[in-house]
Amino acid sequence: MVKEIQELIIIALGSALVSNVVLSQFLGLCPFLGVSKKIETSAGMGTAVIFVITLASLVTSTIYKYMLTPLKITYLQTIVFILVIAALVQFVEMVLKKHLKHLYEALGIYLPLITTNCAVLGVALTNVKKDYGILYSTVNGFAVAVGFTIAIIIMAGLREKMEYNDIPEAFKGMPIVLLTAGLMAIAFCGFSGLF
Amino acid sequence: METVIVTTLVIGGIGLFIGLFLEMAAIRFKVEIDSKEEKILNALPHINCGGCGYSLCSGLAAAIVKGSAPVNSCPVGGEITSKKIAFIMETKVTNQRKMAAYVHCQGNSDVVKEEYEYTGVENCLMMAYVPNQGPKACNYGCLGFGSCVKVCPFDAIHIVKRIAVVDKKKCRACKKCIAVCPKKLISLEPVDVIYDKKHHDIQGAGAIVTCNSIDQSSETTNVCEVGCTSCGICKKVCPSNAIIIQNNLASINQDKCTKCGLCKEKCPKKTIC
Repeated sequence: MVKEIQELIIIALGSALVSNVVLSQFLGLCPFLGVSKKIETSAGMGTAVIFVITLASLVTSTIYKYMLTPLKITYLQTIVFILVIAALVQFVEMVLKKHLKHLYEALGIYLPLITTNCAVLGVALTNVKKDYGILYSTVNGFAVAVGFTIAIIIMAGLREKMEYNDIPEAFKGMPIVLLTAGLMAIAFCGFSGLF
Repeated sequence: METVIVTTLVIGGIGLFIGLFLEMAAIRFKVEIDSKEEKILNALPHINCGGCGYSLCSGLAAAIVKGSAPVNSCPVGGEITSKKIAFIMETKVTNQRKMAAYVHCQGNSDVVKEEYEYTGVENCLMMAYVPNQGPKACNYGCLGFGSCVKVCPFDAIHIVKRIAVVDKKKCRACKKCIAVCPKKLISLEPVDVIYDKKHHDIQGAGAIVTCNSIDQSSETTNVCEVGCTSCGICKKVCPSNAIIIQNNLASINQDKCTKCGLCKEKCPKKTIC
């Protein structure tokens, strides 16, 4: 039991920091660059991602274990996962709209947006590749999403400060953001010595 | 062959199941949307300019239905839109004067001194970084680099002789220029009061003090030919006590003004127009 919890903590830390989904795996770059202009919106995006990835990891690993493996059609994982994730997000949106109006309004447009976020599918496929069980997959999914949130919020903070800087004309807008993202990735390399 | 059948069945089955499941969920978790909200949204102009204070037209529609915004809150749609919305909401529009943006400065390149020639970025916000806050000698007037021109979604502002001029017929009072102007020169004024230089419809035009300088009279005179020197003549001649002088600058209360035109006539600097 103790050993299991230890393993879970290591997986969680590893996914959130060491192999950060954005900065070392280059997944989910579109929202990372697209909605990181303000800390407020990026926090909203981060919450929505945590919510969706955790749920999606749980559901996809369950489907993989109890449906794809017994039928010996694991090669269909990609397409099945996409279908299931899209449907899941739709369903969750409906439920939230009806019963948790405040959470729905807080997540706003980001909830349907991240249906197509590659990080969501990426996590589901990584879980399969690393042979995680259902519990491990869910924890891993949660940790990856937390890593994403950390990265996007740091990015938004940097971008808010950059607004006031005197940036050379050629670097204004996206170029400086991409450079910043690169520097952040290098900084996150520092975590690789953690384990 | 068996593989093809199995995959087709599995994917098709999953698709069918998801479809049915979502359909059922949609019925089970249906949220009633107020039909009024939809109708109001259709009546609004759909340009999402933010002039009403809500970021989207749908936000305003929701607020109107809730009652937290008046039916005539859309500055762009004007009278026609407010009437439509009032009809949907089954209320009446309270009368409101049509407003347009007005630049409180007429210091164009003919009348105001320029201290040096500026050949940098054409942006009023840049002027915070250049010597003396821009080439114009007056530190309160229009900088003339057209930040307001760039934000105007209706092509209603243009720079004429280094000064921003609003075309009151095109202006829809969305307040975007007011927000962007670093000198806080632009404000909304009743359309019937504004004298339109371009169309010369002097008839019925009221009086507005077109200066923003709070410098003392001698300094204002030094830099600009048409700046308000707070001499007080307008205040003396005004028969309806509509003019007050504060911070070396005259201002006219448009609710009291009877558009008699005396102040315009008597103003020695022709600041009032």
